[in-house]
Amino acid sequence: PGDTSVLAGLYGPAEAKISKELPDRAALEVLLRPKVGLPGVLERSREQLLRQTCEAVVLGVLHPRTAISLVLQVLSDAGSLLSCCLNAACMALLDAGLPLSTLFCGVTCALQPDGTILLDPTSRQEQEARAILTFAIASSERKVLMANTKGSCSVEEMQQCLAAAQRAATTIFQFYRDSVRRRYSK
Amino acid sequence: GGAFWVDSQQKRYVPVKGDHVIGIVTAKAGDVFRLDVGGSEPASLSYLAFEGATKRNRPNVQVGDLIYGQFVVANKDMEPEMVCIDSSGKSSGMGIIGQDGFLFKVSLGLIRKLLAPKCEIIQELSQLYPFELVIGMNGRIWVKAKTVQQTLIIVNILEACEYMTAEQRKQALAKLSGN
Repeated sequence: PGDTSVLAGLYGPAEAKISKELPDRAALEVLLRPKVGLPGVLERSREQLLRQTCEAVVLGVLHPRTAISLVLQVLSDAGSLLSCCLNAACMALLDAGLPLSTLFCGVTCALQPDGTILLDPTSRQEQEARAILTFAIASSERKVLMANTKGSCSVEEMQQCLAAAQRAATTIFQFYRDSVRRRYSK
Repeated sequence: GGAFWVDSQQKRYVPVKGDHVIGIVTAKAGDVFRLDVGGSEPASLSYLAFEGATKRNRPNVQVGDLIYGQFVVANKDMEPEMVCIDSSGKSSGMGIIGQDGFLFKVSLGLIRKLLAPKCEIIQELSQLYPFELVIGMNGRIWVKAKTVQQTLIIVNILEACEYMTAEQRKQALAKLSGN
């Protein structure tokens, strides 16, 4: 906890290239840059996950024919990277003042071989776990925006992880509020 | 009663019909100027939309000039269009902004604070030095005072007003007028 960090930069709504513009909504693009090396297939699939989550909350119909670009740079990775990216993306959207229908946060659950659930696992715990589940939870009624699973688990175990993640989401949303309050009350 | 108007702190300006903004001329395309207003696309300004402009009498606008005008067309589906005359054909303060002076960007929240009816900031500043001021709703402010140093002092105070309380501002101005 505290050693995974991602830097997020949001640009837009700006003029889009004619080939990329959509006539009725904003075109959202996410770029994820790993700490070392060139972006590979894992980064591409994570970019699509983040893009679809963000598209579900951003009110793109207010800015047709524009492009919104979100660039994420991984500074350090000590586990739970995908949910760190989700949190960074949401805070970037908040800070830029883009119209959103709801906030969201990312929570990672690790299911250990003996059945216990660990929230926000470290890299070590992720490797030893039987399954890793990442959820994007919305702030309105704690609905699930995105669920990503690596490994195998039963349906009951997934439900338990989801319930734990929804409870943990409250802490993260409180952190968002505190950060924004600190920013605007210098 | 029962309806609330919520203004949120945004960095990006979204063109709204009727807003007065400061635009920077980026290109001349035939009969129309392209202006950067800080939104997602450039606005267009016809050369006939100035007071006293005719086909023979074109306004002297160059690339890089500052223009103060208002939007006549500004919605999410169309390219924004600006004019420098009001509905009766008079310029009422709009048009090309003169030489010299200093253009800088502030947040939209500060602009709304400065343009509020009972804003003391500008009154207090005018007692310090005389200056010319143009405020654009797109977050841009243009200031011109007698010397470059006075201009920069006014710029710094306006930028700092974002975070200063009224007390701190009065203290800062008192220190400057004492100098």
